[in-house]
Amino acid sequence: MIALFKRDIMLAFRSGGGFGLALSFFLIVVMFVPFGVGADLALLAIIAPGILWIGALLACLLSLDRIFQLDFEDGTLDVLATSPLPGEAITGAKAAAHWVTTGLPLTLAAAPLGYLLNLPSEAYFWLVASLLTGTPALSFIGSFGAAITVGVKRGGLLLSLLVLPLYIPTLIFGAQTVTRAATGQDPLSTWAMMTGLSLFAVAAMPLAAALALRVNLR
Amino acid sequence: MSVWKYANPAKFMSLSGRVLPVLTVLSGAFLLVGLVWGFFFTPDDYKQGSTVKIIFLHVPSAFLAINIWIMMLVTSLIWFIRRHHVSALAAKAAAPIGITMTLIALFTGAIWGKPMWGTYWAWDPRLTSFMILFVFYLGYMALWTAIEDRDTAADLTSILCMVGSVFALLSRYAVNFWNQGLHQGASLSVDAETHVDNAFYLPLLVCIAGFVLLFVSLVLLRTRTEIRLRRLSALQVRGSAT
Repeated sequence: MIALFKRDIMLAFRSGGGFGLALSFFLIVVMFVPFGVGADLALLAIIAPGILWIGALLACLLSLDRIFQLDFEDGTLDVLATSPLPGEAITGAKAAAHWVTTGLPLTLAAAPLGYLLNLPSEAYFWLVASLLTGTPALSFIGSFGAAITVGVKRGGLLLSLLVLPLYIPTLIFGAQTVTRAATGQDPLSTWAMMTGLSLFAVAAMPLAAALALRVNLR
Repeated sequence: MSVWKYANPAKFMSLSGRVLPVLTVLSGAFLLVGLVWGFFFTPDDYKQGSTVKIIFLHVPSAFLAINIWIMMLVTSLIWFIRRHHVSALAAKAAAPIGITMTLIALFTGAIWGKPMWGTYWAWDPRLTSFMILFVFYLGYMALWTAIEDRDTAADLTSILCMVGSVFALLSRYAVNFWNQGLHQGASLSVDAETHVDNAFYLPLLVCIAGFVLLFVSLVLLRTRTEIRLRRLSALQVRGSAT
């Protein structure tokens, strides 16, 4: 399981196009917002929490189909499925690797991008905290969507349609945490709720993903 | 004798064939009585005027939009646990009806909202939840059409329905944290103290019965069509083999 986790991280770092892509996309989304709504700093400060969360969420979505698609096509998944490793461990390890190569860098990049959007200084801590505990939910829920659509040719758009509705609660609590911090309210309750949701996703989604994967490998 | 007997497609076809005409006539009668009673023989509300009468379309469709998803969850579970094909096909047949009900509820709400709230749309938790439900239906139906193998499609959509139910419920409570509500509380309740006045309540119940009967007839009809489609393709495979 750990070997699989390391292998996935190695592949993401070395194959190129996978690792930096999400970060570049995040940067571009954030850069586009002032082009779209104007460079008014007061306005940017209001919408910054939402933009940063939506940007991170979409950047995460971009690389989801890589979790299973390539391994499904070259037969690696079949080999893994016949190995003694349970399916839940496979999906869990792959989702965790996705988080390390996508969610974690996005979290680290969010603070400087927040500065570009004139995020109020009280909100930086909660921005990083909410992304740190919220992005695992994005990776694990996303791995479920990737497992369902792995057998579908050109399933990228379908994957977005299936996964994005499942992201709604995480997005609401995550963006609320940062907004509350930025406007001087107590962000702890929404942060705790989002983290609970994230823990639930980490615990439960590998089961659902393994179930879907078994159907697809049948 | 048990209900599982009707999981046999042949038994299901013969029973539903006999029941369907009766249900169709009944649903038409209930809808006619309920809507005519509701639209022409109820008083105007002292504050809302005659716009209150859209309740007779709005509440039944909203009621069904949610309950059809629950019905799909139950039939998905039955398919997943007991592998009855009729159950999976019923879930598939119900989804387009559910999404239509969601749309009816959203549109009638918008038409009512313009004179009453002064806007067609507000980001109110209830309205937003329905928008979310709409997206869940869309994803579910898209997955059915995307997968060619029928048993795989049935399996994956039922998994999606189960996982989606959990997240739809979470979203429904998450939106309460996110915005203040504009929508009034429940119109329906078994408790006579809290529901709307009897003058509206009784025709509303008739309308809901009509909508439910309409839904059951449509689901039976669509499930029968799906079963016939499968039989047809089975015959074609057999024909090309010989």
